[in-house]
Amino acid sequence: MSTRLKSGGRRIDRSRPVTFSFDGARLRGYRGDTLASALLANDRMLVGRSFKYHRPRGIVASGSEEPNALVGLEEGDLFEPNQRATTTELYDGLTARSQNRWPSLSMDFGAVTSRLSRVLPAGFYYKTFLRPRSFWKHVYEPLIRRSAGLGYAPNPEARDPDRYEHFYLHVDVLIVGGGIAGIQSALAAGRAGARVLLIEQSAHWGGRSPADHSGGKQSVNNIPVDKYVDECLAELGTMPHVQCRTRTMGAGVYDHGYVLAYERVGDHLPGEGALRHRLWKIRTGRIITATGAIERPIAFPGNDLPGVMLASAARDYLIDFGVSMGKHPLVLANNDSAYETAFLLQDQGVDVAAIVDARTGDAGGVAQEAVERGLRVIRGGGVSSVKGRRRVEGVTICDQRGAGTALEEISCDAIAMSGGWSPAVHLWSHSGGKLTWDARQFCFRPDVDNSARGADGAPYVIAAGAASGEMTLAAAVKDGHAAGLRAAAELGYNGAAQSEPVATRVEEAAIEPVWIMPSQAPVTLREKAFLDFQNDVKVSDVELAAREGFESVEHAKRYTTLGMATDQGKLSNINGIAILSDALGRPIPQTGTTTFRPPYTPISFGSIAGSQTGPRFLPIRRTPIQDWHEEQGAYFEPVGHWRRPYCYPRGDESHSDAVAREILQTRNHVGLLDASTLGKIVVKGPDAGRLLDMLYTGRMSTLKPGRCRYGLMCSENGFLMDDGVVARLDEETFLCHTTTGGADHIHAHMEDWLQTEWWDWKVYTANLTEQFAQIAVVGPKSREVLERLGGMNLGRDALPFMGWCEGMLAGISARIFRISFSGELSYEIAVAADQGIELWEKFLAAGQDFGISPYGTEALHVMRAEKGFIMIGDETDGTVIPQDLGLDWAIAKGKDDYIGKRAQMRSHMIDPDRWKLVGLETVDGSVLPEGAYAVASGKTSIGQRATQGRVTSSYHSPTLGRGIAMGLVLRGPERMGDELEFPGTDGQVYKARLVSPVFYNPEGTKQDA
Amino acid sequence: MKRYSAFAIVREAARHHLGWQRAWTSPEPRASYDVVIVGAGGHGLATAYYLGKNFGITNVAILEKGWLGGGNTGRNTTIIRSNYLQDPSAAIYEKARSLYETLSQDLNYNVMFSPRGVMMLAQTHHEVRGYERTAHANALQGVETEFISPSRVKELVPIIRLDGPRYPVLGALWQPRGGTARHDAVAWGYARACSDMGMHIIQQCEVTGIRSEAGRVSGVETSKGAIGCNRLGLVASGHSGVLAEMAGFRLPLESVALQALVSEPIKPIMDVVVMANTVHGYMSQSDKGEMVIGGGADGFNNYTQRGSFHHIEETVRALVETFPMLSRLKMLRQWGGIVDMTGDRSPILSKTPLDGCFVNCGWGTGGFKAIPGSGWGMAELMAKGHSPLTEAFSLARFREGRFVDESVAAGVAH
Ligand SMILES: Cc1cc2nc3c(=O)[nH]c(=O)nc-3n(C[C@H](O)[C@H](O)[C@H](O)COP(=O)(O)OP(=O)(O)OC[C@H]3O[C@@H](n4cnc5c(N)ncnc54)[C@H](O)[C@@H]3O)c2cc1C
Repeated sequence: MSTRLKSGGRRIDRSRPVTFSFDGARLRGYRGDTLASALLANDRMLVGRSFKYHRPRGIVASGSEEPNALVGLEEGDLFEPNQRATTTELYDGLTARSQNRWPSLSMDFGAVTSRLSRVLPAGFYYKTFLRPRSFWKHVYEPLIRRSAGLGYAPNPEARDPDRYEHFYLHVDVLIVGGGIAGIQSALAAGRAGARVLLIEQSAHWGGRSPADHSGGKQSVNNIPVDKYVDECLAELGTMPHVQCRTRTMGAGVYDHGYVLAYERVGDHLPGEGALRHRLWKIRTGRIITATGAIERPIAFPGNDLPGVMLASAARDYLIDFGVSMGKHPLVLANNDSAYETAFLLQDQGVDVAAIVDARTGDAGGVAQEAVERGLRVIRGGGVSSVKGRRRVEGVTICDQRGAGTALEEISCDAIAMSGGWSPAVHLWSHSGGKLTWDARQFCFRPDVDNSARGADGAPYVIAAGAASGEMTLAAAVKDGHAAGLRAAAELGYNGAAQSEPVATRVEEAAIEPVWIMPSQAPVTLREKAFLDFQNDVKVSDVELAAREGFESVEHAKRYTTLGMATDQGKLSNINGIAILSDALGRPIPQTGTTTFRPPYTPISFGSIAGSQTGPRFLPIRRTPIQDWHEEQGAYFEPVGHWRRPYCYPRGDESHSDAVAREILQTRNHVGLLDASTLGKIVVKGPDAGRLLDMLYTGRMSTLKPGRCRYGLMCSENGFLMDDGVVARLDEETFLCHTTTGGADHIHAHMEDWLQTEWWDWKVYTANLTEQFAQIAVVGPKSREVLERLGGMNLGRDALPFMGWCEGMLAGISARIFRISFSGELSYEIAVAADQGIELWEKFLAAGQDFGISPYGTEALHVMRAEKGFIMIGDETDGTVIPQDLGLDWAIAKGKDDYIGKRAQMRSHMIDPDRWKLVGLETVDGSVLPEGAYAVASGKTSIGQRATQGRVTSSYHSPTLGRGIAMGLVLRGPERMGDELEFPGTDGQVYKARLVSPVFYNPEGTKQDA
Repeated sequence: MKRYSAFAIVREAARHHLGWQRAWTSPEPRASYDVVIVGAGGHGLATAYYLGKNFGITNVAILEKGWLGGGNTGRNTTIIRSNYLQDPSAAIYEKARSLYETLSQDLNYNVMFSPRGVMMLAQTHHEVRGYERTAHANALQGVETEFISPSRVKELVPIIRLDGPRYPVLGALWQPRGGTARHDAVAWGYARACSDMGMHIIQQCEVTGIRSEAGRVSGVETSKGAIGCNRLGLVASGHSGVLAEMAGFRLPLESVALQALVSEPIKPIMDVVVMANTVHGYMSQSDKGEMVIGGGADGFNNYTQRGSFHHIEETVRALVETFPMLSRLKMLRQWGGIVDMTGDRSPILSKTPLDGCFVNCGWGTGGFKAIPGSGWGMAELMAKGHSPLTEAFSLARFREGRFVDESVAAGVAH
């Protein structure tokens, strides 16, 4: 029975009780507790159920390596599944629920799977559920899905009320881990003058030293270690160039010294809408991973029962929280460190049942001390079974070297185990640091000569302390100091004058590896010895994998799911690798480890998304006239990063009615379009014409200032990318209009070629899209509206079609282009962005008696289609060349080269059998479905219905009173008058005739008026 | 080979599972084989399998530099769909999808093909039009798809937010018999079946050179010595360019890192696959309960199987916007694979300038779904010299400009 002792607990404040609830029961703990320590204090040994077999599970660890004690925290919008009780700081009113059980933790129906575990070994699902075939989708998979999944799912409509943010930081040295080695590194680097950030995942400094090294009785520079930690932190606090953060976990190390850290700012102080997590994005010169070491469990039969705990965790609960894991605990170990647990328990008056030490070699000092303390030590012993159903009630002792024959039974209510220590090498390994096998300590440790290297070829990750395999206090302190100095020195900070700290040295007896207990355990015992507690992977499972040929460690992991649980194998991996190696008869280093991937421990999606959510997620770009559109109740459509008015419905007018009205108004009188979103890129310099001649298919260098020319841009592969009107502003300056969606990538395309191919050409480009408001005044009355504003001569001769001029229009400095995308007389007026709305309103006033009204993108599209003008993205899709669209006239004949020219000469591109642009007219006047294909007779060689064309855009034309469409059709222009069939997805077959794509005013008299 | 079944499990359980055989053997290489396949990923293994099954060619070795299935086959997010736009793509992906339907039974290995439905969200009018076009094309290609309304989307995916502040959901292209499968099982199932036919899968065997005589391939050099062959298939995804160089030709490929990530497992909450291409993210929930998430590829060429964090960030942000309940879930693990991208985002299954040497690569970000169809077509190509399924994917298309451009239809092509 786990209990809170009368005294002790350096982290808790006994004067501040806290209440919380677990599975509905109201319990008490203290300020400073973790949820795990408080549960243990209340004798809650059973806290969860395992993933596969729903076996009862208790708390095993005291930190982020915990595989079992996962809870659902809080309710409703604040609910969070799979929260580790061991890292959850207790607060008043905390609500937690156990997981993966139904109906209750102690009575879980899912536990039948545990009874069936014999027929559910590793990978059983690959071998069964094969028949009948339809059962997988309808029976087996739904069953598996329901029983799998660990935590509860949040409510589908849950909306996280909390805030998240990102921090960016540049430092010289980032030190991950606030244990004694990390602190020492920070001190050394900080004293040398380097900019340092020291981060620690828990809420406290000092790491394991105060609990591990003789229960904190060891010292550094003759100062007791916990006091030494305080002194170091005080000194670091005086250094302005050093920052220290607790509750901040080093999550991932990426290439070139980029590190992600995760700060749990508000988890311990909940309150809706508070800042919860902060993601740090750190660029650092050197990273010191001082992440400590993690104790390994021992694989003995029954080792998964609640009450079996890491010996180090037992110490933590005792020292930090004044909680004893049991009244009669047993200590089980293969190394010296666990003796400390027995001593501390004994010092607190707990009756230690026995120390079972699997080793047979020379007993060291601690074993001697144990005997002197009157503790019972069983050397060479092991545990072959554990009594109890939901908690430990006793053990059977056997000879570690045997097959499990019972020697005696010992009654105990908890087991503190230690199978040795493994350095936490995750961060070291994330970006390529290599490991080496330490045959003395039986662990993988960083291969110091094979660190991750930066762009300059220099190693940038340094491991220090226990994380580097330096397990004693003296060695860790020394190593930390050296790492800090080295990091600083490599970055040019000289700290050589510092003296090296000296810590107590304690002789330890050698560890003897125990990968399975007892070593000759038959399969019946191996089936009960767990490696991965959360995923229920046993020794026998890994051996089965080896037997079936899953020899690579990655195969074995995936086949058994070892190490794939939420703790990512922090406790299980090394033991599993050892078992696999043993089964295959090969040395452990040859097996190697699986790849270490970020994050070190899971991080919230909220923190990754940060503050750029909701309206800040891909912010909407607004034109200078956007407010007006919104006030008018326009219906918007997203176009690139913009939202453009699709139409402006009046009253309860339908969208299609609004579009028809806008078109007729424009065609018959005058309409207004906010064209500000069109891309506007200035290209300037002596070589500007030369550049544009390469970018466009047409010749721009011969354009006269004052004139405009329509241009096409192709990709290297010859495909049409973008189109728009180019105006020559002066000898050296061109203004290139692009499509709305194209502005950014066309600008990038220009720069790409300029910077990589024609870097010596004298030309600059600038994207001025948002510097100007651009308004199209369109329709037979457009000239009159402009003239009413006054200030500029816009007569037919003064400003002919495809010309532009500058001047003051209604007192506003304006550039007016006489271009048309609708086939009407039309002007586009560009003014400084901040004058856009003023001009817009002036047009509305001036055109009032013509009924002037704005039109949206749909009217724009219909009008251009009526004229047979192509639209990028409709008629083009990245596979269409200008020649397909009848745009040969826009390709300069005599030009040596332009981007895409060579590609357009390839055999498939000049194939007469290409699909080419035509107009399509339905026989009955109806509207063709967009995207429909024209079928041909028969099937293709790959068994599909043969096709001969497709609809690229299709509208109802209010001007013509019927459906019009454009399409690409096999040899289309040669087949005018042919009738094609277009099956719709609605089951109907549409018939259409091939006609000219220019449906409206083919003579062009209107735009030239 | 001992067949797998529920009965076999019960039988073996009585013996504590000590009686199971190896799923595949680990032989030493012979001096030569009829066919050598380089790369024991899904495509290499499937190629070998159908060579044996459909053409009786079993004197085959599959050489793998690491562990079988350890490349992209074991790293991908397992989306299976065939709602492609271009005819040749729809043909090979639909062939693959239909083979997936019965693959577990064919291989006697449960690959857990789960036709749970794949939906591609339309979040702009442009996308709506694009997917309407795809639906028309699919109908003629024999691929069952449908453009569905936002309310149907919500019905199928209760956790989705339809009216996000940025890109509302306007509908979706829905392929009811698309889905997912267990990636490792696909590799392992094929490997077991190949091994059972007497083929040699040789792991830890890196091909370091390619031998030829008079313009015809004669064998390979490997870390386990020289191995002769009459026909050679290079099926090495991201490393295909390196192998082509050994064979003396170049491939129009770029290798970039593509990343994926999973959340901690939760109880089932999303039964279909959702892809949101406008915002660049997609998600499904594995049978284990993890939300499986992927997004775009890195913008720079790279051979390390790691990616940059900013892509993860963009993907996660897009998905938190689309599925707000994700915010308080946690990312468990992220990883990357090196994908082989062609200019038109379609694969290469082709003869090469070196006689007897064939390539199967360029599957880029989306080749898991194609494994059975690709193996089927590639086996035919290698056995007979031509295959209707692979014809459009020849190397010649780059010279002729006969691209099969799939980027047209979707920004993200998984
Ligand atoms: C993160 C991610 C997500 C993805 N998501 C999806 C998805 O949802 N749906 C989908 O359909 N596809 C997806 N893909 C793509 C898919 O994974 C690949 O297209 C497919 O797996 C490729 O299979 P393969 O057999 O061609 O290559 P691989 O599986 O990579 O196999 C190639 C093999 O060749 C070996 N090799 C290389 N060089 C040599 C040599 N010299 N000698 C010997 N062996 C060599 C490699 O070790 C490797 O095992 C995704 C990919 C990634 C990376």
